[in-house]
Amino acid sequence: MDILPILATLRRHKITALLIVLEIALTCAIVCNAVFLIAQRLHRMDMPSGVAEHELVQIQVVDIGDRPDAKARGEEDLAALRAIPGVKSVARINQLPFTDSSWNNSIFLSPTQTQPTLNATMYFGIDVLKTLGAQLIAGRDFNASEYAEYRDAIRDPKLTPHVIIITQALAQKLWPGESALGKTIYFDPQTPLRVIGVVAGLIRPSLSEGEHAAQWSTVVPLRFSGGGSYVLRTDPGQRERVIRAAVTALKTLDPKRIFRQQRTLDDARAEFFQGDRAMTGLLVGVIVALLLVTGLGIVGLASFWVAQRRRTIGVRRALGATRANILHYFQTENFLLATIGIALGMVLAYGINLVLMLHYELPRLPWFYFPAGAIALWLIGQAAVLGPALRAAAVPPVVATRTV
Amino acid sequence: MFAYYIDLAVRSLKRNKALTALMVLAIALGIGASMTTLTVLHVLSGDPLPGRSAHLFYPQIDPRDMNGYQPDGEPPGQVSWVDGTNLLRAKRAHRQALMTGGQVPVQPAQANLDPFYVDARYTTADFFPMFDTPFEYGRPWTEAEDEAAARVAVISSSLNRKLFGGKNSVGQVLRADDVDLRIIGVLADWRPNPHFYDLYLGRYGENEDVFVPLSTSQDLKYAHSGSVDCWSSGGQENMKTAPCTWLQLWVQLDTPAEFESYKSFLIHYSQEQKALGRFQRPPNVRLRDVMQWLGYNHVVPADVRLQAWLAFGFLLVCLVNTVGLMLAKFLRRGGEIGVRRALGAARRAVFEQLLIEAGIVGLAGGIGGLLLAVLGLWLVRQQPADYAKLAHLDPMMLGVTFALAIGASLLAGLLPAWRACRIAPALQLKGN
Repeated sequence: MDILPILATLRRHKITALLIVLEIALTCAIVCNAVFLIAQRLHRMDMPSGVAEHELVQIQVVDIGDRPDAKARGEEDLAALRAIPGVKSVARINQLPFTDSSWNNSIFLSPTQTQPTLNATMYFGIDVLKTLGAQLIAGRDFNASEYAEYRDAIRDPKLTPHVIIITQALAQKLWPGESALGKTIYFDPQTPLRVIGVVAGLIRPSLSEGEHAAQWSTVVPLRFSGGGSYVLRTDPGQRERVIRAAVTALKTLDPKRIFRQQRTLDDARAEFFQGDRAMTGLLVGVIVALLLVTGLGIVGLASFWVAQRRRTIGVRRALGATRANILHYFQTENFLLATIGIALGMVLAYGINLVLMLHYELPRLPWFYFPAGAIALWLIGQAAVLGPALRAAAVPPVVATRTV
Repeated sequence: MFAYYIDLAVRSLKRNKALTALMVLAIALGIGASMTTLTVLHVLSGDPLPGRSAHLFYPQIDPRDMNGYQPDGEPPGQVSWVDGTNLLRAKRAHRQALMTGGQVPVQPAQANLDPFYVDARYTTADFFPMFDTPFEYGRPWTEAEDEAAARVAVISSSLNRKLFGGKNSVGQVLRADDVDLRIIGVLADWRPNPHFYDLYLGRYGENEDVFVPLSTSQDLKYAHSGSVDCWSSGGQENMKTAPCTWLQLWVQLDTPAEFESYKSFLIHYSQEQKALGRFQRPPNVRLRDVMQWLGYNHVVPADVRLQAWLAFGFLLVCLVNTVGLMLAKFLRRGGEIGVRRALGAARRAVFEQLLIEAGIVGLAGGIGGLLLAVLGLWLVRQQPADYAKLAHLDPMMLGVTFALAIGASLLAGLLPAWRACRIAPALQLKGN
């Protein structure tokens, strides 16, 4: 197929051709970035937590009034929860993944450092690792003698714990390529903590520090009573029953308290990422609408061109052009316009991506989005032009002999 | 003439229904998407206290030690107990209130209601006159009641409905965390959004249900919620002496002179505290008004901004699409335009007539867009975000919708109409 006559024709419809090119370019640019945003959100929603998510249940109860016997009562609660059939492990933990409220500490690598190296979250309670199911990959868990009372620790820096367990991600960030075991970090100059264990992963309760910091977590041996949540580990199929049994057991022990949270960690995760899910849905909607509008626009303009050139088509047919020739003519024309639009769209997509990278925590658009976007728009262009092109091919040669 | 042009336009649009529908649909989709996101953006970046917000200021000072000091850093977003009460007692502003958030368990007297938690605000007395909170019943507490840590409370109208069926509950008892508080006031519906006075506890959505004097809340050890920022370890047991910021201070300054004098007071205070050895950093103060404070905290969610940009990108594509279709449509009527021109129609008249046609498409697109925006906002309200419930179309945004729709389609019609009215009549007539 010779493209020169097509170019000659397009030169006579410069503005319309330019508009189609522009529309395809804009659509290509927006769709590439929107698909990329969707991929990012899906990736984020799929973020590993490092804990045994499908086995965990959170029960948060709060006392009413001042309870001087909170410590003894906490022990009773724990004993009652442990006695529930099917419960493998119970712990009272200060915070949990996917709850959006986080306990953070500045981390220093030396007592004389003035700027913190980073900030990491702090999990504490007894049996945190065992109950959450975080996997130790080096070192050991805390032993009983290493635990300190939270109340004492906040009063006097000398009573804080001296050992800490950190995540592999945090270890890699603090000491790239080295083993973290035996190294010391500081929450402040008076509080040195020796790393005795490294876990494969343990996600922060909140992602407000950014996704790159999602796994910067520490576990310290602190005991506490009052506050936090009870976390129960059980078989996935037993969770609903365990929640009901736990609530009943806790109510029996003391009816005068308020249940603020009773859910599985799966539910917590679903709720945590609700916003991302909604945004993904919205992006999908925009992509569909964009492609639809662009596709229909091409149909509309192509139909016009076909109607406008009816006579010319008739003349060509009368001069011996086959139906296939006419069909191919319009298909090639569309392909040419789409190609120019896509080329322009790629540049635009790259530009939009750069702007997004500036304002959002987004990586660079991976290269394979460009060919994928190009193929998608070529296909849509061809699909849209097929109808009008077939109509053009159906123009009988006799049209050439008519005046209008 | 105008009516005749409209008649002509409608006839022309009817001639090719599919194409007209396509143009209207494209405009409607673009307008619907843009107006949905623009309305959300408009609602979220609105002024929580119109008329008053320019006189309300949020003092910030820097009480931290030299750890992590950077010369051009921002001071903390809240104040400590010591500084908060010092600045409050200095009374250098027309009004001032020191406050923080919390949650208290409410134990209803009715046996059929289980105890439940409500959000609470612990604040000093000026909160109510300064923020101009409307009262349904009763009154706010006084400074004397602040001083005495009186066991009093002001409750929201929704809590009043829940506990007392909406009747005047002034003088009744509110049992909160095993303590009896006397209700002295019931607020009328008051929901400033964003929740500007404490951005650390959700930025949009419902307000507190219980208001208690700050001194009372500390006496009763009511649970605090919100952000606590500490700069050295130890001594965090007693929050009144702890090196931590956890309270918000708001002041009312009515004139620029008052603003200037308060700002120099803050600097002077910082210098004084440094001389006393309490502060270590050089004075670093900020005094932002409500809108500046909201802007500084980027209160509008990033996703909402992104959605607005996305919608405008979409509108742009829809417009380019419409320009293309209109151009094709107008140029195809070259014959008709040629005849009209040959019969003496001025270029200007043809241009006007074609623009009216574009305007009608815009109007139809605007109506469609409005329906889509109403649907879009309904969808937004179904979202889980804290701001979702606020997404409602107001009369102003309704006007903007139509202005945008007609403006956009006139803009889209401009180039095609201009091109079409420049058709040489003789050439067209010859062709026919």
